[in-house]
Amino acid sequence: MALSPVSLSADPLDQSWYEASARARIDALLDPGTFEEFIGPEQRMMSPHLPAFDLPRAFDDGIVVGRGLLDGATILIAAQEGRFMGGAFGEIHGAKLVGLLRAALAVRPAAVLILFDTGGVRLQEANAGETAIAEIMRAIADLRRAGVPVIGLIGGRAGCYGGGGLIAGTCSRLVVSEGGRISVSGPEVIETNKGAEEFDSRDRALVWRTMGGKHRRLIGGADAFADDTIRAFRDAAMSQIGQARPFDLATLEAEQARLEARLDRFGDARDATEIWGRLGVNDPASVPGLDADRFDALLARLPEAPHDAR
Amino acid sequence: MEKLTFRHRTSKPLPGTKAQAITGVVASGNLEVLMERSLPADACIVEIDTAINGYGPVWEAVVSDFVARRQPGGLRITINDGGARPDTVTLRLLQGARLMEAV
Amino acid sequence: MTLAEILASLFPEGHGVAVVDGLIGGDGPFGAGRLAVVGIDGNTPLGIEGACLLAGRVLDVVRRGGDVPILVAIDSDSQRMSRRDELLGLNEYLAHLAKALLLADASGHPTIGLVYGHTAAGAFIATALATRVLAALPGAHPSVMDLASVARVTKLPLDRLEEMATSTSVFAPGLDNMVKAGAVHTVLDPSTPLGPQIESLIAGSSATDCRDELGQARGGRLMARDIAGRVVRAATGDVAPRD
Repeated sequence: MALSPVSLSADPLDQSWYEASARARIDALLDPGTFEEFIGPEQRMMSPHLPAFDLPRAFDDGIVVGRGLLDGATILIAAQEGRFMGGAFGEIHGAKLVGLLRAALAVRPAAVLILFDTGGVRLQEANAGETAIAEIMRAIADLRRAGVPVIGLIGGRAGCYGGGGLIAGTCSRLVVSEGGRISVSGPEVIETNKGAEEFDSRDRALVWRTMGGKHRRLIGGADAFADDTIRAFRDAAMSQIGQARPFDLATLEAEQARLEARLDRFGDARDATEIWGRLGVNDPASVPGLDADRFDALLARLPEAPHDAR
Repeated sequence: MEKLTFRHRTSKPLPGTKAQAITGVVASGNLEVLMERSLPADACIVEIDTAINGYGPVWEAVVSDFVARRQPGGLRITINDGGARPDTVTLRLLQGARLMEAV
Repeated sequence: MTLAEILASLFPEGHGVAVVDGLIGGDGPFGAGRLAVVGIDGNTPLGIEGACLLAGRVLDVVRRGGDVPILVAIDSDSQRMSRRDELLGLNEYLAHLAKALLLADASGHPTIGLVYGHTAAGAFIATALATRVLAALPGAHPSVMDLASVARVTKLPLDRLEEMATSTSVFAPGLDNMVKAGAVHTVLDPSTPLGPQIESLIAGSSATDCRDELGQARGGRLMARDIAGRVVRAATGDVAPRD
């Protein structure tokens, strides 16, 4: 991951997305002072299950949901807190997002933004979390069919893993930063199950180039690459809302074609750098060091634009 | 897990009009502090849910010190603690009080 | 029941359903029309190629039009855990399969999941859990993660987890617990023909997701429905959000 100098700016929009809390991301992303939270912390809707495991609870169960304005337009928004239980989906955490998506079907906001920061299902509440993920994916499909874009923003410290990766793949558009890893099985899970020869989870460079934001953008797994600031995510989110595709047979057939083509072209690749080379990147080793402007310039020079039907 | 409650009298209410504020995150070595202006102006209650048992006297000292310094009258303070060190607790309490003092 | 027994019970007049590399595809006569079948057999892990192939079959059904229901029969492992699958974007392939099933259901092809063996984690979400109504056969074993793995991740002793699992359904693997959570709508009776049971499931099903209602009524997810409802009320203005 390219390290950027610590920002000395006092502007909340210049904060690192990766370092910011879920609440700080929402506050700075939306038009100032416009966020209204649903089921706020004062309602103390905490996990009924964590005490049995002797684990501390959070007032918001690790997800903040509500309504606000983005560049003047009303949107609904959810932000996961990756530092609490790895941002994982428990019963209440998942149900808050389910409710937000169902509400969007009724109130038709300009978009729903999901600020992912999650390791997947919370194992202490596994069945509730797993079922909630299925409910969320169904609700996103309903919402997209009704014409409401669902935009995923991924750049938090927990990444977007497990069922979170599947939900992300269901969104209309995805914005990702270098730190925003997207994957199903995480490096530690693969290593635990298949051994360090299959995946050495301590090799951070390998993790980033296999699951990180630039790789996902290059192969078409995300639609925009953002620098690690809240401003960059805000700008990218605003530009992606209007580009959402309908949820219909034509879109899914186009996605089928692009996923089949990916298997044909890259199915034998052993490393991300090999894929980048085949895409026309002359110096794959330089990719991790590029900022968003230079990375976008590289994308623009490639023989083909990343396919984005999803 | 351990539950602790401390009740204090203050000489004055905490200035400001903000009804509620939250700061921090429940994580290892960290905590979240919820402050609500819901008590009589000379009262402060601090309720703590902590992952680490046996630190009652340390919490009592940290909370007493905070109350003496800031006189947070009127506040109900609720804490979910993931095992924060005393200096982190003090930092969060002061952050929370500053947020509540905003007009 | 084995897949062969299931197919024999569903299609007494014969069928054109085959299994290649653990992936199920085909159809057979059903009521006045046909029933399409896709799925995973033999505890096979679901990787990028498998998800892509199954999604293509589902989209084929949608493209042909009509109202042929789709049965998603599952005896799978979890998602295939490998560096290569993740490198090539397994999350997109699994989500694409789920989306194909969701689109089919919304396009007039009711989707019915049938877990007859194992399934877990991402493979479960991408297949059986992406259907309108999910049935299981006795002996099926859906899970998120087995208890030994949960013990490793949570750093809790296995014997304590096993003891907790007897009284708390929310984290424990197995069919009964998934039924309680509302994830599995119903358990079929293997001693009577499956065709009529599937037909009546389709007839009684709705496109509205009722899994949180089931979870509440069965005691496996007591809070989810109320929480989702509270968010909906706050967002739609039935109840003012906090000031």
